[in-house]
Amino acid sequence: MSFRTAPLAVIHDRDKASLFTPEIRAEIETWIAKYPTEWKQSAVMPALTIVQEANGGWLTRELMDDVAAYLDMPEVSVYEVATFYGMYDLEPQGRHKVCVCNSISCMLLGSEELIEHVEQKYGVRVGETTPDGRLTLKEVECLGACRHAPAVLVDQTYHENLSPQALDRLIDELE
Amino acid sequence: MTDKITIEIDGRVCDAVAGEMIIAVADREGIHIPRFCYHKKLSIAANCRMCLVEAEQGGRPFPKPVPACATPVGEGMRVLTRSPKAIDAQQGTMEFLLINHPLDCPICDQGGECELQDVAMGYGGDVSRFTERKRVVKDEDLGPLIATEMTRCIHCTRCVRFGAEIAGVRELGATGRGEDMRIGTFITHTVSHELSGNIIDLCPVGALTSKPYRFKARAWELTAVDSIAPHDAVGANVRLHVRSGEVMRVHPRDNEAVNETWISDRDRFSYAGLQAADRLTTPLMKRDGVWQEVPWQEALTSVAERLKGADPARTGWLLAPQATLEECYLAQRLARGLGCANIDHRLRQADFSGDASDPLLPWLGRPIAALETTPAILLIGTDIRQEQPLLAHRIRKAALTGSLVACVNPFSLTLTHPAEQLVGTPAEMLDHLAGIARALNAKPTGVLKTLVAASDPTPEQEAIATRLKDAKTDAGEEDVSGAVLLGALAAAHPDYRLIKALAWLIADTAGAPLGYLPAAANSVGAHLAGAVPYGRPGGEAVDEPGLSVGAMLEASLETLVLWGIEPDRDLNDPRRAMRMCDAASFVVACSAFRAPSLEAVADVMLPIASFAETSGTFVNASGLWQSFQGAIAPPGEARPGWKVLRVLGNLLDQPGFDYRDARQVRDELAACCQEPPFDNHPRRAAGGSKAKRAAAPKLMRVGPVPIYATDPLVRRAPALQSTPIPGAAFGVYLHPAQAQALGVEATQSVLVSQDGDEAVAATVVLDDAVPMGCARIPAGVSGSERLGAQMGPVEIRATGDLQPGETG
Repeated sequence: MSFRTAPLAVIHDRDKASLFTPEIRAEIETWIAKYPTEWKQSAVMPALTIVQEANGGWLTRELMDDVAAYLDMPEVSVYEVATFYGMYDLEPQGRHKVCVCNSISCMLLGSEELIEHVEQKYGVRVGETTPDGRLTLKEVECLGACRHAPAVLVDQTYHENLSPQALDRLIDELE
Repeated sequence: MTDKITIEIDGRVCDAVAGEMIIAVADREGIHIPRFCYHKKLSIAANCRMCLVEAEQGGRPFPKPVPACATPVGEGMRVLTRSPKAIDAQQGTMEFLLINHPLDCPICDQGGECELQDVAMGYGGDVSRFTERKRVVKDEDLGPLIATEMTRCIHCTRCVRFGAEIAGVRELGATGRGEDMRIGTFITHTVSHELSGNIIDLCPVGALTSKPYRFKARAWELTAVDSIAPHDAVGANVRLHVRSGEVMRVHPRDNEAVNETWISDRDRFSYAGLQAADRLTTPLMKRDGVWQEVPWQEALTSVAERLKGADPARTGWLLAPQATLEECYLAQRLARGLGCANIDHRLRQADFSGDASDPLLPWLGRPIAALETTPAILLIGTDIRQEQPLLAHRIRKAALTGSLVACVNPFSLTLTHPAEQLVGTPAEMLDHLAGIARALNAKPTGVLKTLVAASDPTPEQEAIATRLKDAKTDAGEEDVSGAVLLGALAAAHPDYRLIKALAWLIADTAGAPLGYLPAAANSVGAHLAGAVPYGRPGGEAVDEPGLSVGAMLEASLETLVLWGIEPDRDLNDPRRAMRMCDAASFVVACSAFRAPSLEAVADVMLPIASFAETSGTFVNASGLWQSFQGAIAPPGEARPGWKVLRVLGNLLDQPGFDYRDARQVRDELAACCQEPPFDNHPRRAAGGSKAKRAAAPKLMRVGPVPIYATDPLVRRAPALQSTPIPGAAFGVYLHPAQAQALGVEATQSVLVSQDGDEAVAATVVLDDAVPMGCARIPAGVSGSERLGAQMGPVEIRATGDLQPGETG
């Protein structure tokens, strides 16, 4: 028996129909359907994304526990996933997430300058949210957009080849 | 994948099985490859990279070093574990591992027995090239058993895999990433699985260490003495680590047939009870109600006189099932030599009416390891994880490979594997069994006829019956079949005779052999030694059986010998046991502890050695005789039990009591047991009398003995006592609907009374594992000693209804 051949299923003592909203459940179900039935917990990443989206961009411990219960998996396995990946946030976030790639190509082509610029202009450091709650500045690992570095992910959209001025314009457009 | 192939490791030709990992072959050949994350009992993670070796297959070298733990062998593979390339890779890995590892070996408990330290000696550089700051990880409190120093963690994930694969509970996880990765529970809770202490052994560094042992001793100061764990019927092989006459800690010894490489926390941490403040260190006699220390000679002479003068028919011997084989054998020799056949060790059994048909030498019915491959297991009346943690692990393995595990219990268990649980009041347990028997088309006789005929099997019962029966026929091999196992809650059942008869009927009809889960370390041995009223040593039936425990409680005996027990904790009905002792005119207690209940009822207390202080033998559930030597001297004037009995035998002029050592006692008994005579067949069909089905009481008490309340030693281990086990604290556990029906609420204090006796105050806990009609009130724990039988009618009322004259 191993992690690989049989995931540890935990039957939680909770009514699944009481978790989340019907819309969220339906959306998670479409992901569960893509995996073999005994590998239901493979849907943990999309489930966390969906739940985070519905919660204003961050995950509470209770929400992670709910995801664990919904997917019949141990809570700690959900915490492992949620703490591993940069796109899950465990603290309240601003309305928009400005995620500056700081891996090697972007760094060589000026991502540190972008970060410094945003920090100066909006008075936030990496990981912080502006006082008006409009945006959170995040530094993330490789976005996979090295060919047009530096790249920035603003919410769900990739923006490449950015100069500080271009990034400014993008941020200004955010409500 | 069973093809035999040959590979070459470091120039040595080795036999291997295709698909095996290089490291497994090397281990078998005694070729050492350094490793941290690999463990033979856990899945392969290949994340420490310490076992990198150079390899080539079919003349083509692998382009880079490969991890020996995750590279399967193939025909003609050549492996070099000590080549410059391999050593270079290992040294590189070592350097990385040491980057963040603190240099705190002088204050680390693991120092001296640390895998990282050892491997660093072999592969590490003496100077670090790392000048940046080392990472620091906040510690987490994992409870009273396991100490953490997570900065030392090298992320081998053995503890995480242990949780997922062996314990079946993911308590620990690896959260965060890269530099921020850490092992922990993330939300800080006590690790409470009954096997979790094994992660102390698994941890290759000093991140997880034993909390009770913390800062107590150094590995090189300890002498290891092999021993056998004295609690459950597995007889786990342990090693006592001793320093200046004190057991400092307990480690497992590998024995695949018994405990694999694991031991339960009870076996690991109970040693602290050896140092209990109330150890009995001198013989004591009560004179005018005052305990006085007396020399051995005086105490023994006085005991011998009283025993000699006592009426054998009104004398009773009660032995703890943790007493060694030698003690049991000598005690029954002495008792029978004095003409007394009233000797018993089945202290928690409720119903002895089946004694005449009971097997003389009940046992598990199969080797312990065979449980893993049993296709269908029916567990009757057992909280298996609490009673026999390591058997529960074997059963879990079976369940994970698709075997059916079905339970018939008076409350539902928290199991870490799929199981079919039939839950009901003690009376409904009989119905469940009758349903299964009916579904098997069993042909009951005598008492069972009406019971089985009246039942209408449910689909669940039908399914269990089918799986039990098919276990035999499907396999096609002779030695593969299902199993029907009876546990401690069955023994505590007021109709144990019927339970046994039904279990036998099911087992016999389905071709799934019956087995007993023996109550304690030497329950099987006590039967072998003849410490039962109906059997002599070697399982020879006696014509005129003596009194069983149950009969002794009724018989108003004058003289009692209590061996290793606390009468208010270790018997099924502590209140009646105390009354029996109170009523006796002479009680001699041979005990390692000066228990308050013994002080109250005994006239003489003789200090005897605990398992760590005497040589002896335990016979485990599968009939394996395991002898051990004393690791330390008994405290004060205490003496090994067999020696006390030897002297008593001589003082009482019994012939042949001149044993030189415990071994001689054992050999004498072994001569009585030539062929392994274990047999679970009932000696005759259960008695002909009609099954009496008393009107079901409104509420039945169900009193399981929690895992850390089973015997005097474990009850004195502070670390175990402070480990929170769900449902173990004294209280009244009720189904929410039952509580509502009784008009009581959670945390409310209520009065509990059994058989109309004095009421005892307890707190209500809501627990939907308990069925309607039952109140789960643990036995053996503090608070339970003033209650009656473990299973029986109980009345519960709110404290407000206090009747005049009651103290509560």
